[in-house]
Amino acid sequence: MKPVKFDYYSPKTVDEALTLLEEAGFDGKIIAGGQSLVPIMNMRLSSPECLIDINQLHDLQFIEFDSDKVKIGALTRQAEVERSDVVQKHLGLLSEAVPFIGHVQTRNRGTFGGSLVHADPTAEIPLSLMALGGTLHIASKEEVREVNVEDFFITYLTTDIMPNEMLTEIHIPIEQERNGYSFYEISRRHGDFALVASACQLTIDHLDRITNVRLVLGGVEATPLLIEGANEWMNGEVLSDSLLQKVEDIVDEMVDPESDIHATAEYRRHLSKKLAVRTVKSAYERARGEANERS
Amino acid sequence: MSVHEIEVTINGKKYKEQVESRLLLSDFLRETCGLTGTHVGCEHGVCGACTIHLNGSAVRSCLIFAVQADGQEITTVEGLGEDGQLTPLQKNFIECHGLQCGFCTPGILMSATDYLQKNPNPSVQEIKEMLSGHLCRCTGYVGIIEAIQKTVEENSNHVRVER
Ligand SMILES: Cc1cc2nc3c(=O)[nH]c(=O)nc-3n(C[C@@H](O)[C@H](O)[C@H](O)COP(=O)(O)OP(=O)(O)OC[C@H]3O[C@@H](n4cnc5c(N)ncnc54)[C@H](O)[C@@H]3O)c2cc1C
Ligand code: FES
Ligand code: FES
Repeated sequence: MKPVKFDYYSPKTVDEALTLLEEAGFDGKIIAGGQSLVPIMNMRLSSPECLIDINQLHDLQFIEFDSDKVKIGALTRQAEVERSDVVQKHLGLLSEAVPFIGHVQTRNRGTFGGSLVHADPTAEIPLSLMALGGTLHIASKEEVREVNVEDFFITYLTTDIMPNEMLTEIHIPIEQERNGYSFYEISRRHGDFALVASACQLTIDHLDRITNVRLVLGGVEATPLLIEGANEWMNGEVLSDSLLQKVEDIVDEMVDPESDIHATAEYRRHLSKKLAVRTVKSAYERARGEANERS
Repeated sequence: MSVHEIEVTINGKKYKEQVESRLLLSDFLRETCGLTGTHVGCEHGVCGACTIHLNGSAVRSCLIFAVQADGQEITTVEGLGEDGQLTPLQKNFIECHGLQCGFCTPGILMSATDYLQKNPNPSVQEIKEMLSGHLCRCTGYVGIIEAIQKTVEENSNHVRVER
């Protein structure tokens, strides 16, 4: 047998799960889809003493439209997000990004919440959520607290969640103005983790001037990198070559990628600049209605 | 608790067994139940050889613990055909040279069967994307893609005839 010995519990309610988490303390670990946790347990890179399986908590498996936002339960499978009409209609960015996660077979099991808590720096869901904005609902025995996505990711594979806490649901605002989105990533093979990924969500006014933009890069830092301050120099502007050049220059200044066996830092820097430009451009075109259909 | 009694339905048959919590579902199927059609390659979700259906969805059995399958329904490659008959997809794998050594085949059959149920008319690109979750070191994938395409065509002809 591959993993070390552990105790296993399969609570039937959120309350029961939270009690178990509280009792287990630092020895406890939640298992959701297991698509990140089980590989590292099989390799014995992780050896939790107590596994709390949340797969029976069906209350955490939902996608719900609620006037100005969409609520997604933490246990919702990635494949369900991919197929959801509500997501397709209101959170197009997610529909575009999720098919890049691993493979059909891993998305059938992997969860929306698990990807957020695992917090891989190139992961598609954290990146998209950062571009969409939203709040994460985190429950413990004592309280339920809400954390903005901007404050959730701390560093590589580390989030604001404490050992006694569980992510329960995620609320994502629906853009009311004219808006467009885009997601691109470059990986060695389809289904591999991205070398660099880029997500953009923007809104424009009736004169096609940008009114809000959220541009996020993945794979260049320990957490998804929101290009802060982009609103200051992009708002009020119509898309132009010089504006895109500025995007490229600012990204060049802000990113500081690392080299590894998959790609050099230099190549990642190049990809960051080019993907950022590409996502801004196609998000803008979508907002103007030039490319309503996904190509 | 690290030992559990579980009851799982596999290919329509009930199995009641004691399992250690750390026993992988793939090892449970092969070693406890003797269902060695499910193959094991990488044990970290990459190669796809261990793919099975859990409640009707194609998933990796090396990334699920047997204890998590308690009360669930599983289909393995042994459960695809009925009465000793191969499914049309299986027959097309033979006809189109969709396999050589056969190591990857059970996993791919399980994925493709589930996929075609949910997407009856996939493009070649979509078939390739589905296959990206499987490693085959023999065929070069061409025969596999042809076998799946042939099944899609036969299914759509079938629907036309029925109308
Ligand atoms: C072959 C392969 C390719 C992959 N490719 C990609 C890829 O391209 N992009 C990508 O983003 N991912 C990829 N993944 C990982 C992805 O499939 C996982 O689903 C995801 O990273 C984790 O989600 P999970 O539900 O499987 O979580 P698990 O593996 O069950 O858990 C991951 C971590 O999150 C914690 N956790 C889970 N749910 C909660 C919760 N509700 N509250 C608190 N803590 C929780 C767990 O304790 C654990 O620490 C790949 C995986 C495989 C096997
Ligand atoms: S053995 Fe499960 S994916 Fe390789
Ligand atoms: S037939 Fe040998 S690995 Fe696919």
